[in-house]
Amino acid sequence: MDKFKPPIGKFSQINGYCISLIGDDIDTDRIIPARFLKCIDFDSLGKSVFIDDRKTLKGNHPFDLEAKKDASILIVNSNFGCGSSREHAPQALMRWGIKAIIGEGFADIFYSNCIAIGIPCFTLPRNSIKNIQEYIANKNLFFEIDLFKSTAVSKDLKFNLEIKETTKKMFLSGEWDATSNLLENKYLIEKKINELPYIQFSTN
Amino acid sequence: MSQNTLFDNVWDLHKVANLSGGSDQIFIGLHLIHEVTSPQAFGALEDKNLKVKFPSRTVATVDHIVPTDNQSRPFKDNLAEQMIDTLEKNCIKHKIKFFNIGSGNQGIVHVVAPELGLTQPGMTIACGDSHTSTHGAFGSIAFGIGTSQVRDVLASQTIAMNRLKVRQIWCENKLSNGIYAKDLILHIINHLGVKAGVGYAYEFAGPAISALSMEERMTICNMSIEGGARCGYINPDEKTFSYIKGRLYSPQNENWVQAVKWWKSLRSNESSIYDDVVKLDASKVEPTITWGITPGQSLGINQKIPSLKDMHPNDQFIAGEAFEYMGFKPGQPIKDTPIDVCFIGSCTNGRISDLRVAAKVLEHNTVANHVKAFVVPGSEQVAKEAKEEGLDKIFIKAGFQWREPGCSMCLAMNSDKLIGNQVSASSSNRNFKGRQGSPCGRTLLMSPAMVAAASITGKVSDVRDFISK
Repeated sequence: MDKFKPPIGKFSQINGYCISLIGDDIDTDRIIPARFLKCIDFDSLGKSVFIDDRKTLKGNHPFDLEAKKDASILIVNSNFGCGSSREHAPQALMRWGIKAIIGEGFADIFYSNCIAIGIPCFTLPRNSIKNIQEYIANKNLFFEIDLFKSTAVSKDLKFNLEIKETTKKMFLSGEWDATSNLLENKYLIEKKINELPYIQFSTN
Repeated sequence: MSQNTLFDNVWDLHKVANLSGGSDQIFIGLHLIHEVTSPQAFGALEDKNLKVKFPSRTVATVDHIVPTDNQSRPFKDNLAEQMIDTLEKNCIKHKIKFFNIGSGNQGIVHVVAPELGLTQPGMTIACGDSHTSTHGAFGSIAFGIGTSQVRDVLASQTIAMNRLKVRQIWCENKLSNGIYAKDLILHIINHLGVKAGVGYAYEFAGPAISALSMEERMTICNMSIEGGARCGYINPDEKTFSYIKGRLYSPQNENWVQAVKWWKSLRSNESSIYDDVVKLDASKVEPTITWGITPGQSLGINQKIPSLKDMHPNDQFIAGEAFEYMGFKPGQPIKDTPIDVCFIGSCTNGRISDLRVAAKVLEHNTVANHVKAFVVPGSEQVAKEAKEEGLDKIFIKAGFQWREPGCSMCLAMNSDKLIGNQVSASSSNRNFKGRQGSPCGRTLLMSPAMVAAASITGKVSDVRDFISK
């Protein structure tokens, strides 16, 4: 297997087959159970994504279906990724093959982790997600996602996606890898630390 | 948009710049790290050939993977040993203060930082752990971050973040006898739901909140994230100041006077404007227990498991999953549900006051024969204090195992795990599927006092029957 390469730079288009997970409040412990957090890198996480749910469903979990093995766009319901802040969760999804997520809603920390590693997250109303999930239950769905226009289009479906304007700009400009942007303001950072009252009276 | 709340005051003070995408660059006053979410961040730093910008603003401890039975090194678990070893090396290399096992100050990161006086009002605090919201109890703006953001804080002491909205949760009246902060926060999450807090900071306020001790306030803010709010806080008052005073890293002498003056100036006041306000009556809260697989699926001790038809349509799918996983039937009382394991500990309820309350319930009582019960102090300081008060002896005499500090079975990254479909009464914060180490293990969240009561009877019980005796 080729070594996993994380995304870099700007991008405006994500095309791929969809895979759907039905259910609200799917937490990051379900995405990657804590026992897999005993690692000092993220490399081996892809195969363990949803491992306990998959074992329970004995081969019938969407992530185990032969027809979905090349999917790269994940369709989810509400509050996806709630709970633990573990970045291992989106890292595991990305290493399995997920490149974008469309859902009713995402937990805050999960959302920022996805953005930080290059997985755009889009939202759609509950009914639209339901339509997509029903469609996927019967046949394969190939979406072309245009980040600039914020649309997802297949041969017989079309949706106007919602994405935070800040997130959209970051991916289109390629500035989603935050560290270097933050360090550009190093003089402002130095100025700030000298302004903060508690730094003055700190005994740390 | 909110104005003049403590959140706004602290956010504005820490804003370094507007970033080109539209988010804010926020300075992080205190960065806490542990062994699980930091190694990849240090790795990324080295890949980019960057240094830690302000090593004195980061503090480390080890908590998630530590064994609670035998802590001698090397750990029996090779992977756990590799993680603590990596953290030790990273802290030495980057000159970061590290409270290791045996230092007297090791423990769960969210227990340790407040007890050392590191956590102070008006700070921004970040940590690669969702329960960082705990520190909001002091009037700091504290939130969990992922590993990429840990890298950013190490490299720049800042992160990119969108400003949060502010919802005030006003808690009227007072909690009744036998009702604890844990019951109140479970009640709040049940009332508002597990996703209502997405995009918000929660400001907890009102007479019921003011009446809480600092440790109880930490329990409240700790679980903000279970209501979807990445950040939860309480305005600092005299209780806050007297808790901090004299602790190892608290401001000293002249600085103390200035600090208190500044802390007072940050508070929300009559001119504050909120994006939303919710009012609750704390006197109506009962001992509260979760029955499902999210912290929002809870009920009072005398209530019955709800049926699907009584729920909002949007809550029915996850409730269906909960019925299947937990084995409860609609209409069944939660009281008297048999318990296999009792766990007292965690960043939610592993502090000295939690242990005192539980010990009081257990004194002159015995753990039921079929129950495995263990208590994991939140830190070495908590353990020391408990031993000085003789609490360890009360627990052991009752039939509890007394363990060494760590996160333990809150997330079961060490060897403390449920087996099969055991049911645990747990003072921790998450009842997710598989959370306590067994893919079919079942967790009932409750206050430490309620866990103690359950350990005696071997089933879910009303702690008020024990404390009124």
